[in-house]
Amino acid sequence: MISEGFVNTDSFVHRLDPRVKIVVAFLFSVVVAVCKDIMVLTWAIGLGLAITIVSRVPARELVRRLAPVNMFVVFLWLFLPFTVPGAPMFSLGGLVGTREGVSYAIQITMKSNAIVAVLIALVASTSILTFGHALHELKIPQKMVHLFFFTYRYIFVIHREYLRLVGALKIRGFSPGTNFHTYRTIAYLVGMLLVRSSDRADRVHNAMLCRGFSGRLYSLSEFSLRRIDVISLILMTALILALGVLEWTRMA
Amino acid sequence: MDKNGVIIRLANISYGYPGRSPVLDGLDLSFRRGDHLGLIGSNGSGKTTLFHVIMGLLKPSSGSIEILGKVVSEEKDFRQVRTKVGLLFQDADDQLFSPTVLEDVAFGPLNQGKSRQEAKQIAEETLRSLGLAGFESRITHKLSGGEKRLVSLAAVLAMKPEVLLLDEPTTGLDDATERRLVDVLRNLDVSYLLVSHDIDFLMETTDRISCMVGGKISLDDESIPHTHIHLHKHGKHAHKHGLE
Repeated sequence: MISEGFVNTDSFVHRLDPRVKIVVAFLFSVVVAVCKDIMVLTWAIGLGLAITIVSRVPARELVRRLAPVNMFVVFLWLFLPFTVPGAPMFSLGGLVGTREGVSYAIQITMKSNAIVAVLIALVASTSILTFGHALHELKIPQKMVHLFFFTYRYIFVIHREYLRLVGALKIRGFSPGTNFHTYRTIAYLVGMLLVRSSDRADRVHNAMLCRGFSGRLYSLSEFSLRRIDVISLILMTALILALGVLEWTRMA
Repeated sequence: MDKNGVIIRLANISYGYPGRSPVLDGLDLSFRRGDHLGLIGSNGSGKTTLFHVIMGLLKPSSGSIEILGKVVSEEKDFRQVRTKVGLLFQDADDQLFSPTVLEDVAFGPLNQGKSRQEAKQIAEETLRSLGLAGFESRITHKLSGGEKRLVSLAAVLAMKPEVLLLDEPTTGLDDATERRLVDVLRNLDVSYLLVSHDIDFLMETTDRISCMVGGKISLDDESIPHTHIHLHKHGKHAHKHGLE
């Protein structure tokens, strides 16, 4: 269900304090998302690629993970050049593509690839558990962190229940088609999963009460910032700020 | 603290789910310190319900509950009870909610107000005592069924309970893990009440077996485990008493 295939590689980025990685990825995404200048975005892609290289993401893995993003981008290229008003640039059949439309599509392509590349390198090099604990340490609201942990813990259990139900359908000869019987069966399946998950939630809560749960979860993990973490954080923040300043001066 | 060493006393407990005949119907139970009591009963005879009533997860429609010499009725009272009485759930997936084994076993001690360091130490000791050393950083949902059961037992024992309630602990266990559980229970210095429909398992782990019938614990059927000499039928599924 969730493969953490990239977590076990070892690199400088893998050893960085996860809190630093989250902060850097967040700052980078925010700054790049508001940038419009093509040159700034080129720098951003360069920075993103540099980070992925330092974190030793295999090229195949990078392409595989960027593929879904670029599926969306393809759709943008199909529509944006023809729907954004502006100076005509080319025509295809009766459709006129505009200069503004094309440049908009280029911007989005560069932004999304740069951001996702950095997320792959920084976030995917952290195990889900460490990631959750780091969110907790960064003072993200408790409820969000708990939600994150419980989702991670129980998605497998619910998936197993789903497979059991699907198995039960199959052994009784169910084959999905385009008919009312199929729709109703699938609705039952989804409904049953909801009911079971809700029952499960009750039982888990009861089990937690039995062990003295009173609304607070404690974390056992402790992180410590090393000198290398602080230096990386300062360096990355400076680079990201430089991107922002460059964008600002070129737009002004 | 308690008269004649009785640590759990239930008197005239009734509980019913809407639209069905009552599951518990005027049930009485006296459980003494040091008891290793087994309860046997058919499906739906109210064994799990009984445990949930003792833990305060279900509120009985009548009757009184006295635990460790105190009458308990409010949620506030049961909070106290839960630090002294440990319940092992039927489905280990309900019990192990933390991502890693160590975090799950340390959850109880942390709730009891132990510091991180103490909780970690208690958890490690408990795991070691059950032969689970080295499991600390394992991911709970990736454990096998038997491992899940033993880890959830560790999670309950880490709270140092005075009484242990075990709900069908052998469900889904293979012979080897069941043997391990028998050994663990026999060497445990805790009173426990064990529900199962596996008579062989109860014979090996308890001193007294009562039967749940008609929403009551029937004392007439109470039996003391003892041995008979009997003929072994040899065949594909020979009766081996769990011995290999």
